Amino acid sequence: MTELALNPGELDIRHGTILYLEDVSVSFDGFKALNKLSLYINAGELRCLIGPNGAGKTTLMDVITGKTRPDSGSVFFGQTINLLEMDEPAIAKAGICRKFQKPSVFEMLSVFENLELALATNKGVWATLFAKLNGEQRDRIEKVLETIGLTEHRTQLAGILSHGQKQWLEIGMLLMQDPKVMLVDEPVAGMTHQEVERTAELLLSLQGERSIIVVEHDMEFVRSIAQHKVTVLHEGSVLTEGSMDEVQNDPRVIQVYLGD
Amino acid sequence: MFINIYKQDKTAGALLGIIALISILVPFCNMISPVGSILHFSAYSVSLMGKYLTFALLGLSLDLVWGYCGILALGQGAFFALGGYAMGMYLMRQIGSRGVYGNPLLPDFMVFLNWKELPWYWFGFEHFGLAALMVLLIPGILAFVFGWMAFRSRVTGVYLSIITQALTYALLLAFFRNEMGFGGNNGLTDFKEILGFDIQSENVRGCLFLISGLMLIVAFLISRWVIQSKLGRVVTAIRDQETRVRFLGYRVELFKLWIFVFSAMLAGIAGALYVPQVGIINPSEFSPLNSLEIVIWVAIGGRGTLYGAIVGAILVNYAKTLLTGWAPEIWLFFLGATFILVTVFLPDGLIGFWQRRWQGRQS
Repeated sequence: MTELALNPGELDIRHGTILYLEDVSVSFDGFKALNKLSLYINAGELRCLIGPNGAGKTTLMDVITGKTRPDSGSVFFGQTINLLEMDEPAIAKAGICRKFQKPSVFEMLSVFENLELALATNKGVWATLFAKLNGEQRDRIEKVLETIGLTEHRTQLAGILSHGQKQWLEIGMLLMQDPKVMLVDEPVAGMTHQEVERTAELLLSLQGERSIIVVEHDMEFVRSIAQHKVTVLHEGSVLTEGSMDEVQNDPRVIQVYLGD
Repeated sequence: MFINIYKQDKTAGALLGIIALISILVPFCNMISPVGSILHFSAYSVSLMGKYLTFALLGLSLDLVWGYCGILALGQGAFFALGGYAMGMYLMRQIGSRGVYGNPLLPDFMVFLNWKELPWYWFGFEHFGLAALMVLLIPGILAFVFGWMAFRSRVTGVYLSIITQALTYALLLAFFRNEMGFGGNNGLTDFKEILGFDIQSENVRGCLFLISGLMLIVAFLISRWVIQSKLGRVVTAIRDQETRVRFLGYRVELFKLWIFVFSAMLAGIAGALYVPQVGIINPSEFSPLNSLEIVIWVAIGGRGTLYGAIVGAILVNYAKTLLTGWAPEIWLFFLGATFILVTVFLPDGLIGFWQRRWQGRQS
């Protein structure tokens, strides 16, 4: 052992890759939602995943976050952490966080309280019972409130926010968890044009510090944020990868999207 | 203290004040005024009101799991009855040789069954301290084991409700059996003394009433503190979006388990205060119907407020006393109809309705 030894369970990204999925297959009642899918995500990358309905995008997120167990294949976080051995809270704690397709904020809690619950801290039962926010944690919440543009809505119940604001609050909740990887499922579905633009800015401002995987249908939006690589999924496996221009001009992609 | 709470939340403060006042005034009036004066409450009415207070505590315990955590537990009565049995065992041991058979060691029903010695699980129940501990531990441990299995396997919704009903029904059948050693069908009764005082005496009844009131207030304050802590917010979040909470890194099953065990212990305390005031505990307390009634109290009062459960429990039981005295056969129809009407027309219960009127008038 010449290199610095890592503690067990510590994230190892010395090879530059933060997420490895290899030959992952999932089937539901004979339907292959994922079919020998392999995907590699680099540290700090903003990756867009596109693909027609039923291509397996949401199932892929379910596998990464521990909601669905694959029938075969391997999923590693860095070089050493085997995600298939962990459940949802453990994966979240390790640093992979997810925004759901449908905004799922806690409607009966205020915007501030939503962020407070997401805050990366000891999440044991007794620690939570006696938890008090310290100054540093308050600052963190304030900073995220500012990033997502909801500072003035802090005391409002999350349930009365607009659709776009709920989506941003969810992104804010991801940020509070200080993740290494953010999975963002359809962030702009149902948003107005201005909201879409603001969301693109928000996501672009976040890349670099962490890896972000965005699943989206809206091609215009994908074009506005995809500066590096776009992955196209089809029938449960990767159809092609490349820059947005390459992908859009790929005859197979055109066929998949437009039909024969 | 009450003024502080009143400033934050008028309904809660006012209700606590009223409970504190009644808990102190009723025994006090009975002490200073002679029997027959209008200020003097009969032993029957003191016990009856004391019973309402223990039911209020039981309703409060259900509101924690149902109103805040969304677990529709239909077996809350089981924890109440277990707490009651623990207290009943202590009271049985205090009878000593004053029983019908005069056996200094064995309660009457054991002599009747020809048992020669005390079963091992009765040992130590002559000590009040141990019995009091068991009032908390037995419901707590049962809730822990049951909750651990149910929540870890992610049993939720109506399935969980059904197995909680099955739990209380299974205990009902078990406690009916004479071989269980808890007095079978007749349960535990004929109590004489508590901590060396005559359990029938007016002062002891007054004391039990006062303790029930104080315990209700203390339980309310602790529950309120729990609900206002971050744990309370996590629990509310679990009620509304369980999956999302899991992805935030909280072990949902442990949070559910905590609140379930806490609530079972409160129900156990309620049962322990109930038994000396009504003078009997028998297996019918495990009846699934009893647990359903608790849900109705909370629904009528208004769930997810804590005080709604208290108001609901007291009002429904007062109505029950009136109606079962006047026309017992219509009570269950009345209860069912009230439940349906409240669910349809007052989804937030009486408290929610009252608060909306109040806010409407103020604005």
